[in-house]
Amino acid sequence: MAILDDVREVIVDKLGVDAEKVVPEARFIEDLGADSLDTVELIMGLEDKFGLEISDEEAEKIRTVQDAIDFIQSKQAQA
Amino acid sequence: MRKALVTGSSRGIGKAIALELARRGYALAVHYAGNQAAAEATAAEAKSLGAPQVVVLGADLSNPQAAQKLVAEAHAALGGLEVLVNNAGITRDTLLIRMKDEDWDAVIATNLSAIFHTTREAIKLMMRAKWGRVINITSVVGILGNPGQANYVAAKAGLIGFTKAVAKEYATRGITVNAVAPGFIESDMTAKLPEAVVAEYLRQIPAGRLGRPEEVAKAVAFLASEDAAYITGQTLCVDGGLTPH
Repeated sequence: MAILDDVREVIVDKLGVDAEKVVPEARFIEDLGADSLDTVELIMGLEDKFGLEISDEEAEKIRTVQDAIDFIQSKQAQA
Repeated sequence: MRKALVTGSSRGIGKAIALELARRGYALAVHYAGNQAAAEATAAEAKSLGAPQVVVLGADLSNPQAAQKLVAEAHAALGGLEVLVNNAGITRDTLLIRMKDEDWDAVIATNLSAIFHTTREAIKLMMRAKWGRVINITSVVGILGNPGQANYVAAKAGLIGFTKAVAKEYATRGITVNAVAPGFIESDMTAKLPEAVVAEYLRQIPAGRLGRPEEVAKAVAFLASEDAAYITGQTLCVDGGLTPH
């Protein structure tokens, strides 16, 4: 699935984790070892990759890989 | 080899900082606002002192896009950017009741807002590298206050606060953010002062003399070095004892 691949690419780049660890249910902080700055970088990376803006409030709710995919899909559906 | 951008390094304290970093083997981006010939002269001297690579970049830092672009250009030209020295500054001195909106806005734009724009760009690059040094040149008047400089003092005090906040944000990334506060230093800026004013300053300075740009540059070079890795958010006064704090 295209979105997962693109999201995975950003996560691997920003968090420096192995691609196989980036599964939909993986939590950024608990499972992928991100700290608060990493999550901000990740959100900025997703914004660049998908050409969208993610507010701080929206970013708060994106805690797993699946959250990111769902958010991007809903944004793209609105566009 | 570390790569450094020094804003406002065509002359004065900025030039001394560029030359000190050159002596220590940094690759350099020399920035100027108006005086390209002076910047080229700084660059030539930096090369002769041992800088392996020197580029000269012009930019009007009061323009946010230009300030951001300057950092990107320095990064591209040097193939990296680990040290940012925010030195460029202007004065529009006059008493508050005579200060025009333009005097206020120009000083805040170049001496404070520009640092926000260059630093934001640079921090993004430094985060990727997990190493970086930002050194903001403030002034002892940002701590002490000074009549006739409400705009300049406000900007320089703002810079000290900015330094503290950004230092805390990126400390986990091997990035330190510090300020250096020169006291009264022999430069074009102090050369403009009336003799009586300088005499009055000299009475207040425990060291009994003005400082030299090179003495400020040494402090900057230390903060840029690996030796200063555990120092962040500080304001180091280089002022002959004028401002103990």
